[in-house]
Amino acid sequence: MSLVHRIIPCLDTDGARVVKGVNFFGLRDAGDPAALAARYNKEGADELVVLDIAASRDRRPTFLETIWRVAAELSIPLTAGGGIRTLEDGRAVVRAGADKVTVNTAAAERPELISELSREFGAQAVVLAIDAKRNGGHWDVMVRGGGESANRDAIEWAKNGVAFGAGEILLTSVDRDGTRAGFDTELTAAISRAVSVPVIASGGAKTPQHFVEIFKEGTADAALAASIFHDGVQPIRALKEFLATNGVEVRLPC
Amino acid sequence: MRVTIIDYGAGNVPSVERALQRLGAESHRTDLPESISEAKALLLPGVGHYSALVRALDEQEMREPLLSAIQRGVPFLGICLGLQVLFDSSAESPQLRGLNLLPGKVCALPRTVKLPHMGWNQITPNRESPLLAGIDASAYFYFAHSFAAPDSNGATTATCFHGVPFAAVVEQQNIYGVQFHPEKSGDTGSRLLQNFLRLAA
Repeated sequence: MSLVHRIIPCLDTDGARVVKGVNFFGLRDAGDPAALAARYNKEGADELVVLDIAASRDRRPTFLETIWRVAAELSIPLTAGGGIRTLEDGRAVVRAGADKVTVNTAAAERPELISELSREFGAQAVVLAIDAKRNGGHWDVMVRGGGESANRDAIEWAKNGVAFGAGEILLTSVDRDGTRAGFDTELTAAISRAVSVPVIASGGAKTPQHFVEIFKEGTADAALAASIFHDGVQPIRALKEFLATNGVEVRLPC
Repeated sequence: MRVTIIDYGAGNVPSVERALQRLGAESHRTDLPESISEAKALLLPGVGHYSALVRALDEQEMREPLLSAIQRGVPFLGICLGLQVLFDSSAESPQLRGLNLLPGKVCALPRTVKLPHMGWNQITPNRESPLLAGIDASAYFYFAHSFAAPDSNGATTATCFHGVPFAAVVEQQNIYGVQFHPEKSGDTGSRLLQNFLRLAA
């Protein structure tokens, strides 16, 4: 009896619609968030993440409504974020129906945001999103949608974030994101070793074998992907069956 | 049958409401002592810090009506912190008193494993459990917590393991508690809530 490895579809939205892009740029429409959420809930996703990648202030009410509509379709946990800058932003997301809040750029600039959220909702509700990009022998933390370096070492930041009260790390490899070349197992293993909280690996997934690798070599607790699920290229149930036959413990819904 | 949800501001109240709604059950939220006294079935969801729940029970004077309703036999289901508060205290806030309806102290899970214990895990039923009726023994439930109640008390009907064994389900007469989140545990969780509704009817 132990925790199983989680498969988490991610809905990147412009606030209202699911969009997809390569290396964070060049977006196109990929559907209605609530409809996709309902599908993944039924197909056996273990959790769902919904992000507002535009994160513009004036579209915030639209995003909160999206969270509400998505949550209504789910009987699994929901994480939401994108542009969370204050405790009040976090409250709005939780009130709209999210179980966990992700923070990224604002936390890198003001780590106390993590403690504020953690004190109010508990560490289990605070997910620190780290976008990491290789720079020689280490990884830099990138902010503002992956476009700008925060001049921080990703491993050190992960440890710090946990000390501030993050209960989970959502780790995206900026180098792999959108490439479909496979997860960055080296990065994920390094972060997973460094922190005491669960790590969700993201960026680069295409084949079921990539998922086997990220769980076995990358020692990820969960793996997140977006477009391969939206396209229907990789049905979640088939992915889980593949993982199970390859010695990765997963939850196979009946 | 109408379920009274004790709403002290916990984040999982809307999910619990939705889960009950899907089962066709009527529910309403309250933080008023008099509504708790009149309740026909009580549900206490909870996530976050133990102290937030206990302080709310005391500051909003919900402790006494809650205890007397439970002692009168009103069916009660506690989720996550709602299970933990049934015990006498928690290491998360040692100075605060729990409801003390079940013996033992809630302890931190060991640092030898990743914390929080977050994700889907299986449970081991150790005796007949009306709450788990019809649920496959290999089913998974969604957990998200760092503290847990001892499995050694007489009310534990199923245990889970994360570094140490702990109480996953407690049942004693009209008192029911689950450490996991049935409202987030897919069809399996839904079945458990349905069992509670049936027991409470």
